[in-house]
Amino acid sequence: MTRPNTQVMNRAALTKRILGKLHKREAVVGGIGNSNWDLWAAAPSRPENFYMLGSMGLAAPIALGVALAQPERRVLALEGDGSLLMQLGCLSTIAAQAPRNLIIVVWDNAIYQITGGQPTPAAQSGTDWVAIARASGIAKSHWAADEAEFDTLIETALTTDGPHLIAARIDSEPGRHQTDRDPVRFAQAFTRAMALPIG
Amino acid sequence: MSHSTVETAPDAQADWPDGIYALLKQYSIRQVALVPDAGHSRLIKRCLGDNELRVVTLTTEEEGIALMQGAWLGGERSVMLMQSSGVGNCINMLSLSSIHRTPMPMIVTMRGDFGEFNPAQVAMGQATQAVLEAMGTLVHRADRPEDVLPTVEASLKLAFNTFRPTATLIGQRVLGAKTFGKD
Repeated sequence: MTRPNTQVMNRAALTKRILGKLHKREAVVGGIGNSNWDLWAAAPSRPENFYMLGSMGLAAPIALGVALAQPERRVLALEGDGSLLMQLGCLSTIAAQAPRNLIIVVWDNAIYQITGGQPTPAAQSGTDWVAIARASGIAKSHWAADEAEFDTLIETALTTDGPHLIAARIDSEPGRHQTDRDPVRFAQAFTRAMALPIG
Repeated sequence: MSHSTVETAPDAQADWPDGIYALLKQYSIRQVALVPDAGHSRLIKRCLGDNELRVVTLTTEEEGIALMQGAWLGGERSVMLMQSSGVGNCINMLSLSSIHRTPMPMIVTMRGDFGEFNPAQVAMGQATQAVLEAMGTLVHRADRPEDVLPTVEASLKLAFNTFRPTATLIGQRVLGAKTFGKD
């Protein structure tokens, strides 16, 4: 599957679909802006969610640190395409570490949504995230053609060895809710949740 | 002057890198994030030879701040090893440590410092301590070999007991300002 052959989906809806499949206290790191706003909207009180308020581009590297510390737990990073573009090298780092339990989800709307919808360079150049991830050494990288395939890819990623990367084209609907702005609470709740055994 | 193929590697006789390795073990470090620097080469070798340490070689120091954040959230302690030039790469990301109260000890080998030969290193080398402090990092310098271990230990204690970014700057006076063999 290549990017142009995939359906344009909705981030809030896909985020809810992911959370509906999490039953083992999986960790979820929401990238800055709309990625974590929709994560918040889907499950604001879920302590295994970690919401980034800044540090654009670091959702996957933060998730890597969690994944290495918690090898028995699945760890997901939900990251926007513009953010990932800022930190592409992390795909090589992740491939080199090869954490079996790490899943990167890329929301591709080809814009910097939170700053007014300006197109990213990737939009203009036709950059293909899955091709980059595979070429970086993350072999299990796939575009989701539609919601049904997205579900299947998430289920596969939750039950088979990774690292996995799943890319989904999404529309430009803004995040449904904004997160609280209490980073100490986010960290404390998440850390406590990580000390509990997986379900 | 002897010719050297590495930039500022410490004297082969210097044993402080082994002492830092012992401190990492003593303080229960499990993840070591690094962008290689010649000044850390002996310590990196020790870490790579230890199956209980996960060495994560980064593509940029920004990733290391994230890794330390994630490790801590996941219940493990970590450090970052880097050269002073790399400090400039991760300044914005240090906000993670401040807002989440995350221990982030950094062990920094200096360039642009004492007897530097490369003009490109001087600006960041001279600014390293100032920019770290501007982002709320507690910084301590070691400019004599015998100061390295107490300084690293103090920085580890400060990071893990007071939940903040800390940095040990190991001066070029300790590392030796070697050259590419040109002068």
